[in-house]
Amino acid sequence: MARIIGGITSSHIPAIGNAIERNQQQEPYWKDFFDGYPPIHAWLEQQQPDVAVIFYNDHGLEFFIDKKPTFAIGAATQYNNADEGWGIKTIPPVNGHEDLSWHICNQLVDDEFDITICQEMRIDHGVTVPLQLMWPGYSYGHMKVIPVAINCEQHPMPSPKRCFNLGRSMGKAIESYEEDLKVVILGTGGMSHQLDGERAGFINKEFDLMCMDKIVDRPEELLHYSIRDLVEIAGAQGPEFIMWLGMRGALIGKVKELHRNYHIPISNTGAGTMLLENK
Amino acid sequence: MSYLDNPTPIPGTILFDGKAARKGYGLNKMCYTLNEQAARDEFKQGEMAYCDKFGLTEEQKQAIADRDVLGLLELGGSIYYLAKFVGMLGLNMQDIGAMQTGMSVDEFKQKLVKAGE
Repeated sequence: MARIIGGITSSHIPAIGNAIERNQQQEPYWKDFFDGYPPIHAWLEQQQPDVAVIFYNDHGLEFFIDKKPTFAIGAATQYNNADEGWGIKTIPPVNGHEDLSWHICNQLVDDEFDITICQEMRIDHGVTVPLQLMWPGYSYGHMKVIPVAINCEQHPMPSPKRCFNLGRSMGKAIESYEEDLKVVILGTGGMSHQLDGERAGFINKEFDLMCMDKIVDRPEELLHYSIRDLVEIAGAQGPEFIMWLGMRGALIGKVKELHRNYHIPISNTGAGTMLLENK
Repeated sequence: MSYLDNPTPIPGTILFDGKAARKGYGLNKMCYTLNEQAARDEFKQGEMAYCDKFGLTEEQKQAIADRDVLGLLELGGSIYYLAKFVGMLGLNMQDIGAMQTGMSVDEFKQKLVKAGE
């Protein structure tokens, strides 16, 4: 049977992709952030997961607002990155796990989540930056990926509770899959940040740290927030925290924090990195 | 009741909701095409002619010409699509953060560092 071995949270800011391309990981601006990843590399090396389910939001590569799905799940054999317009280098294609994708989608619709199933899906920096962070040097060739895109671009966006429950349903679906697979769940994006408006540059460290504490063993205490609350408390792009809650929802076993790092600023954000074991 | 029915504004923040998405549709569609190199080249050859292809209003065209990020947001621009426009011009998020807050880029970067202290 497939087994969820843990969850990882990570920022997916494009500037990180550029820093990796320029080999700037040890420069003063970047060091504290990149130093949060070696313990995750060691864990991935030791655990050898087969599949990564990646919660992210598309930023106008695959989807435009002509048709904007609230939840879109990849069910492709391969995912390609493409030009996003402002110069981040594209990465080599990523393998998918079609059969597990469909298994998850079948269960989600049965559980009344009206998802969009994508047999073609270009993945943007929301997926590619975390892949580069987890598996440096594009060393993800052995991995199969299932991208899960949640709308964080256009209001209305799905609530924290809804995203947690989506994750819960996915967790149950994954653990009922017959093949012996080790699955890791990535919750990307966040934490507090605001790119647009006169309040640009707003970061709420206290709130971010509280979220990192509670997501380990009291995630239900984070589910009462509305999207508006997150905008108000964590900035216009603060709602990206719903991807973390999707990840946490999928961890249906006993969860233990193995590692964390938090650094301000990376670009305009508070960047939170966590490694959670699921047993 | 939807969270969007709350009439109290959030200071310094414009929610990209249905109203903005309708108002900014052509503007955002134009910016979306800038994912493609050919579109970026065409834009650079004639900015206003390119805007006309997507039916931008005169106000939106003026804001594009002025690189007025706050104005573009008020006219229905989504930050994710505007990022493609300003990114093409070589501006990053700290550059446009400074533009929107009336700070210098260094002051804006300092504000971000302070948030971590």
